[in-house]
Amino acid sequence: MRNRFDEQLFELNREIIEMGAMCEEAIAAAAKALSDGDIALAEKVRINSGAIDQMERDIEGRCMKLLLHQQPVARDLRLISAALKMITDMERIGDQAEDIAEIVTFLNGRTMEGMELIEEMARETIEMVTGSVDAFVKKDIELAMQVIHKDDIVDDYFSRVKCGIITLITEDHADGEFALDLLMISKYFERIGDHATNIAEWVIYSVTGTHKEG
Amino acid sequence: MSIITVKDMCLWYGDHQALKNVSIEIPEKSITAFIGPSGCGKSTFLKTLNRMNDLIPGVKITGDICYEGTDIFSREVDVNHLRKEIGMVFQKPNPFPMSIYDNIAYGPRTHGITGKVELDEIVERALRDAAIWDEVKDRLKKNALGMSGGQQQRLCIARALAVQPKILLMDEPTSALDPISTSRIEELVLELKEKYTIVMVTHNMQQAVRVSDYTAFFLLGELVEFGKTDDIFSQPQDQRTEDYITGRFG
Repeated sequence: MRNRFDEQLFELNREIIEMGAMCEEAIAAAAKALSDGDIALAEKVRINSGAIDQMERDIEGRCMKLLLHQQPVARDLRLISAALKMITDMERIGDQAEDIAEIVTFLNGRTMEGMELIEEMARETIEMVTGSVDAFVKKDIELAMQVIHKDDIVDDYFSRVKCGIITLITEDHADGEFALDLLMISKYFERIGDHATNIAEWVIYSVTGTHKEG
Repeated sequence: MSIITVKDMCLWYGDHQALKNVSIEIPEKSITAFIGPSGCGKSTFLKTLNRMNDLIPGVKITGDICYEGTDIFSREVDVNHLRKEIGMVFQKPNPFPMSIYDNIAYGPRTHGITGKVELDEIVERALRDAAIWDEVKDRLKKNALGMSGGQQQRLCIARALAVQPKILLMDEPTSALDPISTSRIEELVLELKEKYTIVMVTHNMQQAVRVSDYTAFFLLGELVEFGKTDDIFSQPQDQRTEDYITGRFG
């Protein structure tokens, strides 16, 4: 029985890694579509988002089945409960990548001064998501902590982007709708950073049994 | 507060050492579960707590076991009195071949209670405490062997309660019962901890999680880990505990 259970846990692990990779791809593509003004790529991100939702339901079903059949305890229980929480964050990351892509399709390739800051912010956010998934794969608490600390950098980027946009609006260099679209995009990146932080915290819980407060 | 304190206890069956330097404090009015693979010493340890092992030839015990501050092996201790204070329920229900009423009244009678009114009260209270009164109140004079397995086990619990013990030792009390009877015993045990301290040996890990407050894990005669049940089953500190409860060995 234990062998079968181990196989199922291995499979669960594999699916989470796959879902994490799908999220990384989605944000990377959304960020690229934004910097290149690539509407076709943005459309692709929107179409692919359904696959992440499906993956969430599949993993959720697997976790429920494992809870029912194996009545796990100790690190098995921690892994499965952490998985159930992590996939919710991953699914939100997928949704937000989709939201960014949707706005990109409205922008029609327009850019503005200070756009590089959003691109840098996007890079940091992608690194956070990659880091949180890697931390899960390697059960690496140190890496998970790095992701959590990086959230402050992304939050700081958001404040700077916001200030830049305010300046542009007051100097009348940008129209309101366009400026707000960019603000929304940077807010989505900031939220993705928060979800990556949550994932990193669940990685720590699954390894140590203690959830980081706050 | 602990009701039983065990320090450095060792037990040998002839040359074979069955328990090695066990130290534990059993908290009062709570449920403590002993888990571990067959032959790990958990039942031996349970039986030592009310000196049931005294009867086995070749048994040697060292170390201290204190019940409410008194060494249970000291000369002043009357074993009959100790077993009145620390009752026991076994794996297989073992009612005496007599009426339900007499099964319950047996203990109090041996302790000198003979008045009918008093005995009636004791019998009713014990059967009520064991959650079986409503099922048997109209057939107290019927033979106990005619009851179902689950009822017999609750009768045995009532019989143990009739002498007003402080501690109830239970050696796999539900392993011979169907799921419904098991669940009734588990509910009963949870109610009993309001008044009594319960120590139970179980092979059913989920039962330990469901009912116990504290869990002790035994392996090869050693007490490997003891702590709050929620902690033991979510973050065990010893790798051997982790391996056992997750089914990696045992």
